[in-house]
Amino acid sequence: MKSLIKKALVCVATAGLMTLSTLSSAVEKPLKVGFVYVGPVGDAGWTYGHDEGRLEMVEKLGKNIETTYVESVSEGADAERVIRKLAQQGHDLIFTTSFGYMNPTLKVARQFPNVKFQHATGYKRGKNVGTYSARFYEGRYLTGVIAGHMTKNNVIGYVGSFPIPEVVQGINAFTLGLRSVNPDATVKVVWINSWYDPAKEREAAESLIAQGADIINQHTDSPAPVQAAQDKGVYAFGYDTDMTRFGPDAHLTGSMVHWGGFYTDTAKAVLDKQWKAEDVWGGFSAGMVEMAPYNKAIPETVVAQVEAFKAQIADGTFTIFEGPIKAQDGSIKVSEGTKLNDGDILSMNWYVEGVEGSLPN
Amino acid sequence: MDMDLITNILFAMVRTGTPLLLVALGELVCEKSGVLNLGQEGMMLMGAVIGFIAALTTGSLIFGVIMSLLVGMAMAMLFGLLAIQLRANQVATGLALTIFGAGLSAYVGTDYIGQALAGFQPMLIPLLSDIPILGKALFSQDILVYCSLGIALAIWLFFRFSRPGLMVKAIGESPYSATAVGLPVIMTRWLALLFGGAMAGLGGAYLSLAYTPLWAEGMTAGRGWIALALVVFASWKVERVLLGAWLFGLASIMHLVLQGMGASISSNLLATLPYLATIVVLVLLSSNQSRSRLLAPMSLGKPYHPAG
Repeated sequence: MKSLIKKALVCVATAGLMTLSTLSSAVEKPLKVGFVYVGPVGDAGWTYGHDEGRLEMVEKLGKNIETTYVESVSEGADAERVIRKLAQQGHDLIFTTSFGYMNPTLKVARQFPNVKFQHATGYKRGKNVGTYSARFYEGRYLTGVIAGHMTKNNVIGYVGSFPIPEVVQGINAFTLGLRSVNPDATVKVVWINSWYDPAKEREAAESLIAQGADIINQHTDSPAPVQAAQDKGVYAFGYDTDMTRFGPDAHLTGSMVHWGGFYTDTAKAVLDKQWKAEDVWGGFSAGMVEMAPYNKAIPETVVAQVEAFKAQIADGTFTIFEGPIKAQDGSIKVSEGTKLNDGDILSMNWYVEGVEGSLPN
Repeated sequence: MDMDLITNILFAMVRTGTPLLLVALGELVCEKSGVLNLGQEGMMLMGAVIGFIAALTTGSLIFGVIMSLLVGMAMAMLFGLLAIQLRANQVATGLALTIFGAGLSAYVGTDYIGQALAGFQPMLIPLLSDIPILGKALFSQDILVYCSLGIALAIWLFFRFSRPGLMVKAIGESPYSATAVGLPVIMTRWLALLFGGAMAGLGGAYLSLAYTPLWAEGMTAGRGWIALALVVFASWKVERVLLGAWLFGLASIMHLVLQGMGASISSNLLATLPYLATIVVLVLLSSNQSRSRLLAPMSLGKPYHPAG
């Protein structure tokens, strides 16, 4: 009984405080923005990139916003609890930054219709749930073009995380770019079933190198594959952030994501009451994807070619997934003149010609 | 499969197994004395982060290793204060230590994320490294791998031939009988525990200074737990811990190599290979003796009350 009274008292006190705080902040209430991260902020990769975006937003919007983040939230039941808690704490805008948060985000969003949600890399939306992602594959196409020029063995190793469309898109775009300049080159893919395990990523890269790959590309989040390439004297492409310092000789370039602009714009839209639940999928044109600095080992003519492609992709005069595209077995998958729409790209579960091995389902 | 590839696989096997081996050897000694420390993951992470910071700021990898040993021991000391001195529940204390180590290492390491360090380079041992197939795997590794082999041998000799080794085993089996014959139970357990802490710190340092020379939060990715399991599967035998760690390494490598070769087996299934292979082999190995006697040290995980 005593504890019950105590609890009631605490409740009353909290409620009182909350009213007080709403009263006092009615004058100038900052927008509360919450972030849910799948990895630690210190992963030097995916989550780090999102947090850089958050910091850029804080820098640009200053006192108009107030941010919170929760890191290393596993995808699943725990995510729902964390997202709900952020919503209960009065966050006005919540970014959930991993594919696996899709259903938990939607579930919580239905219970908090006044809170705005933005889910990264998903495809389900709601009245108050928007989605956003970056067209990583645009950058990967360019790395493919570079690889096609730089490889001697014509074997490229690709360290993959999970066989989901987001990653398969990247492999396909990379392979298309690769074979556009070097039709004999092939791509070997190794899945490590983890986004983030430096030791495993390194081992995967080395096993690919041992099997003849002289360039390593990665769709995992640590710089370990770049380190492995550096030690073995082969080339590598980084991901998420500029990984040059982990392999100054090996690191050719990499496709980097840049969330800061999008986060700032979204928060501004909410502040100006202009926000709508949309699907934003930006690439070079939106400034969401950028290339890391080019290694000096890449001939200038190649850099010029890549930059030209980049400009064409950005202004829409060149489309990566435009037929004719052959599937792995050599059959025509996308006929000449056809462009894959975003739905097709987002559900991509087949390899283009030139990728070795079968795609796990 | 050509010779080069086999050589490379064996080389990678030893290297992948090394962090597990280091941690498992430390925990083996600790458990032999009757202390169950589940805090391996936390101690490893602290060893990894402190070793990395020390090496980066001073430019000396050896100093990094020494610091990782010390921080591992400091973490073990924390465990000892609670679990040996205050006789707290060892399982709970160990879990707390893991959570504590994970959090503290993340906090301490924040400023060192994304910094690059030139780690330990392989040291070829002349002549021996030219032996076909096995030479590269065993004799062209970095110095920490050689250390792991030396320590494994030393511990094996220690338990097999030395009086103090016998003492540790006796204390692990029955601390009260050991007390009765005048053996220093508390002191021995402390030493075994500290040794375990140092080894876990070294295992972490192997990751952050040699294997993937960088610091990233949670970079041990569960290896501390695998090492703990290895000790059990290896039925508290040094040679089996070595075998198990390498076997686990081999299976992890094969999971990757087979994919690169285009094997059409589900990668999810292949990913379970290391765990399956290690369990199966070690269970087979220990099945003979398990009939005759229990393999775990009898007093494992039980607090010792000197008066009782």
